[in-house]
Amino acid sequence: MVTQAGPPDPAGGPSTSRRRRRLRSRPAVRDLLDEALAGVAARPTRLILTTLGTVLGVAALVGTVGLGQTAAGQITQRFDLAAATRVVVQPDDKDGQEGEAATQLPWDAPDRIKRLNGVEAVGTVSNLEIGDDLVQNVTGLDEGAGKALQVMAGSAGLWDAVRATLQTGRFFDQGHDQRADKVVVLGKHAAERLGINRVDSQPAVFIGDEPYTVIGILDSVSGRAELNDAVIMPNGAARNAYDLESPDAVEIRTAVGAAQLIAEQAPIAIEPNNPSTLRVDAPPKQGAVRKGVESDLNALFLLLGAVALLVGGLGIANVTLLSVLERISEIGLRRALGAARRHIAVQFLVESVIVGFLGGLLGTAVGVILTVSVSWIRDWTPILDNRLAFGSPLLGAFIGLVAGTYPAWKASAIQPITALRGT
Amino acid sequence: MTATVVALPAPVVEMIGVRRFFEGPPEVRAINGVDLTIGQGEYLSIVGPSGSGKSTLLHLLGLLDNPTGGVYRLDGVDTMSLRERRRAVLRGERIGFVFQSFHLLDHRTVLENVALSMVYVGVPRRERLARARVALERVGLAHRMEFAPTTLSGGERQRVAIARALVAEPSLLLADEPTGNLDSANAEAILQVFDELHSEGMTLAVITHDAEVSRRAQRQVRIVDGTLQW
Repeated sequence: MVTQAGPPDPAGGPSTSRRRRRLRSRPAVRDLLDEALAGVAARPTRLILTTLGTVLGVAALVGTVGLGQTAAGQITQRFDLAAATRVVVQPDDKDGQEGEAATQLPWDAPDRIKRLNGVEAVGTVSNLEIGDDLVQNVTGLDEGAGKALQVMAGSAGLWDAVRATLQTGRFFDQGHDQRADKVVVLGKHAAERLGINRVDSQPAVFIGDEPYTVIGILDSVSGRAELNDAVIMPNGAARNAYDLESPDAVEIRTAVGAAQLIAEQAPIAIEPNNPSTLRVDAPPKQGAVRKGVESDLNALFLLLGAVALLVGGLGIANVTLLSVLERISEIGLRRALGAARRHIAVQFLVESVIVGFLGGLLGTAVGVILTVSVSWIRDWTPILDNRLAFGSPLLGAFIGLVAGTYPAWKASAIQPITALRGT
Repeated sequence: MTATVVALPAPVVEMIGVRRFFEGPPEVRAINGVDLTIGQGEYLSIVGPSGSGKSTLLHLLGLLDNPTGGVYRLDGVDTMSLRERRRAVLRGERIGFVFQSFHLLDHRTVLENVALSMVYVGVPRRERLARARVALERVGLAHRMEFAPTTLSGGERQRVAIARALVAEPSLLLADEPTGNLDSANAEAILQVFDELHSEGMTLAVITHDAEVSRRAQRQVRIVDGTLQW
């Protein structure tokens, strides 16, 4: 017992137990924690009511931010699929002083684009001027049956470039194009209007007086939605029948992340001498879309959550203050039992932190459940920042800390004699 | 210890010319020059009518309040020069309180209430519970340890409070109207506990307005208008 060679006991030091006590004259941190926990647990109903504000606040925060992130995630996900890989090149109509010749796309534009690294598919697309020609079903021989449908022309690569899918039949290919076969693929809506829903009997449509064999019906396309309403023939046939001089536009599908690069390179590949005569439509930078959407949502939601949290914090402060007044005699007793002012302050502060933490924990759970439920109903992928999920209980604890400071100080300032007076 | 100092046992309480004035207006001289010595093992009663200053004297004795002037030594330690933090430690270690209204925590068991008085003194948890059990057995409440204080009778509650006051092995047991809320049978039981404690060598100071209670003590002092009369 070398450590006991301390100063002699002022009282003459009779008992060893007293000297041992002197060595540790402070309560252990765990004991203060236990006392605070017992204080919180003593009034369960009040605990629930006290945490309610924080629960709502944190739930609002987590739920709204979670849903915001989830919704933004959905938006960007769709952007990713449909638009983020789409690049369209067409002649710049506004810059018309050099005449038409300078702004025509060459027929071999797809081949030039295809050589670029990062291009997955490329094809041309054009609107045809068919004058007064109507499109009609072969069976609709009477005059009124003709439909004013858009007729378009494309290269064989177009289908892959616009992620087209078929209801039935097939796409036209390079062979159809080169042979200038009189075949068409019908857009989904165009097929409905013409009353054609199967191609195994090789139905034909008349454009003007010319019959074309329908070889396929589209189910969906992305990006160029007008294909759904059109009758599309191969470029070869269009050149024969309507003297198509050059394609209107080149549709490019790039690898994910390559769109920006392709957008820069495509005009040079097509028109090395005069790239500025071409207009390129490319998706905005991915991050920009995501950030734009998220920041709009989050600003509003965070404000809502902050207001709710403020209310929750005020609730804790209020109830803790009330509890201090109610427990004056307990405070007095603890002081009489040797508690210093700071022990009383720490106890009430820890109680308030525990209440805040519990509120934060419950609120986070509610918020996460909310986010997941809504996502489940809407068939979304729930997205929740881990920092938010793990940080929110701590945020609750912090609110408890701030809210408990004044009541704790108030409690520690109570004089033991006032506290012990009365019944 | 290299040198052995053989000293006479210091008195537990040594008050010389202690004053406690409350600032006015008008200024109240609640305690006005008290000289009081309580030796080890003494059983003292302080009687006086209400308003005589006996509560204030109790607070001063219990280090719950600071004298305006004078000298107060507890166990030989000059308390006048101590800071609040040190006074709290001294209070927790050397003084056991028994209050008229018991002051038990309703939400804790009897055992926990008794163990609480060792928390701020820094006794380890396991030792606290063991010692609390011994103290409760000593006051005859071994069968009530896990009960809530609210389910006990007044006499039982006061015995819990006594156990709580004793368990930290104080130098002085301070009782403030300990029988004030009890019927005569329970009051008698409490006074018997005090008698036993006295015979075991505990130093007791009982403050009361009840002459019956006061008569049980070994020595009685009267307080009138803030001064002691012998």
